[in-house]
Amino acid sequence: MALGGKLVPFAGWELPVQYEGILAEHRWTRESASLFDVSHMGQVEVSGNDAAGQLETVVPASLQSLPEGRTRYAVITNDDGGIVDDLLVTRRADDIFLVINAARIDADLTWFRSRLPALMFNYRQERALLALQGPKAADALSDLIPAALELAPFAYGEFELLGVPCTFSRSGYTGEDGFEIGCDGPAAVSVAEALLARSEVRPAGLGARDSLRLEAGLCLYGSDIDADTSPVEAGLAWTFGARRQGALAVPGGARIERELANGPTRRRVGLLPEGRGVVRGGAVVLDASGHEIGEVTSGTFSPSLGVPIGMGYVATEHSEPGAALQVELRGRKVPARVTPLPFVPPRRHQTRPT
Amino acid sequence: MPNLRYTKDHEWVSVHGDLATIGITEYAQDQLGDIVFVELPEVGRTVAAGEEVAVVESVKAASEVYAPVAGQVAETNPVLSDAPETVNADATGDGWFLRIRMADPGEFDRLLDEAAYAALTGEA
Repeated sequence: MALGGKLVPFAGWELPVQYEGILAEHRWTRESASLFDVSHMGQVEVSGNDAAGQLETVVPASLQSLPEGRTRYAVITNDDGGIVDDLLVTRRADDIFLVINAARIDADLTWFRSRLPALMFNYRQERALLALQGPKAADALSDLIPAALELAPFAYGEFELLGVPCTFSRSGYTGEDGFEIGCDGPAAVSVAEALLARSEVRPAGLGARDSLRLEAGLCLYGSDIDADTSPVEAGLAWTFGARRQGALAVPGGARIERELANGPTRRRVGLLPEGRGVVRGGAVVLDASGHEIGEVTSGTFSPSLGVPIGMGYVATEHSEPGAALQVELRGRKVPARVTPLPFVPPRRHQTRPT
Repeated sequence: MPNLRYTKDHEWVSVHGDLATIGITEYAQDQLGDIVFVELPEVGRTVAAGEEVAVVESVKAASEVYAPVAGQVAETNPVLSDAPETVNADATGDGWFLRIRMADPGEFDRLLDEAAYAALTGEA
């Protein structure tokens, strides 16, 4: 609030939705760098014998092969083959580090502890998380912490910033290069102030975070993925890695394997509605002749493209890019085209081959 | 600034003769944030007071705009189709939404005055 941000309550936290305005913050993130306070995200340390192997029994990703200091995006499945949560998994020297969604912290911990009683799950509620995102994110760190610039995409390191021990992961939720920086809560203010003192960096809120992630085609749990959507329908089967070749011995594995073999009945797609009316989550999707074939799960106005964008699930036979569909908008039917995701191509940091 | 009246739904109204010009208030545009689309009614449509006549879309959400007075839609602001951000820049001026030819010009005086609206938004 000291920066003039607007706060809204979400899942028990007071969150900054916007500072300067969503459009300005969004554009600044795409051209320079923004700092987001995402301390509501759950940071969890997992330890115990064969933690990676045990986690693989509820997470369909290749975690045993994950090298130390590397981060992987993954999902947790339920018994119906739906998604309990999506998360980032990092292999560290002494444990496995998870970043999970704020609204799913209790659900995830309950699920993990019931399925994996031999593992220890330590929820670090006192830890803050700052996301520095944008093409100039690395520039902003170049004086403060040059070692962080050596991190490859989805690599993890631990460095001191102004004497504060921080975790750095070269990852984010915007489609841009960037870092997610964890530190103890009370120290986060001085870390944030040091980053915001850089001319490249301005504060951004969760409104811009949402429009950025939607342009990047990234899922929001509770909107685009949930307990009913499978990772195959959601287009997240790539997260299975090498395990896709073998039996997926995870909760709901039978549905997942069936959908991998035969194709799912519906798929997550991008949608470009005609006109400027913003189609939002919950809107019905119809085929060209007016039959209901799906639902919009997220929609916004794209600040980068200057048009409304959305994503949602449609019956597989209508999921090819270019398919001419319709979406309901305030009682009218608006033409919409299926379009490949992401809407805005990612600009991740390219590392030299070593 | 012409004499403005207000509604509890954050519309403003100014009147010349029987023609009421309508928009959303400075307070409303600030609450909505960046406005990206305004859906305006057909000219000639007859509207009742309190009826939905327009929709204003910010990045975050869509909000309905209600007719503060009854009558017939006489004109809509052509600027808003290409430059909806005009509402953020000048909510009570160039960012007007529509004009209604009032069925009962006396309705204007029954709307909230400046002081009553300021009290409503806590900006008194």
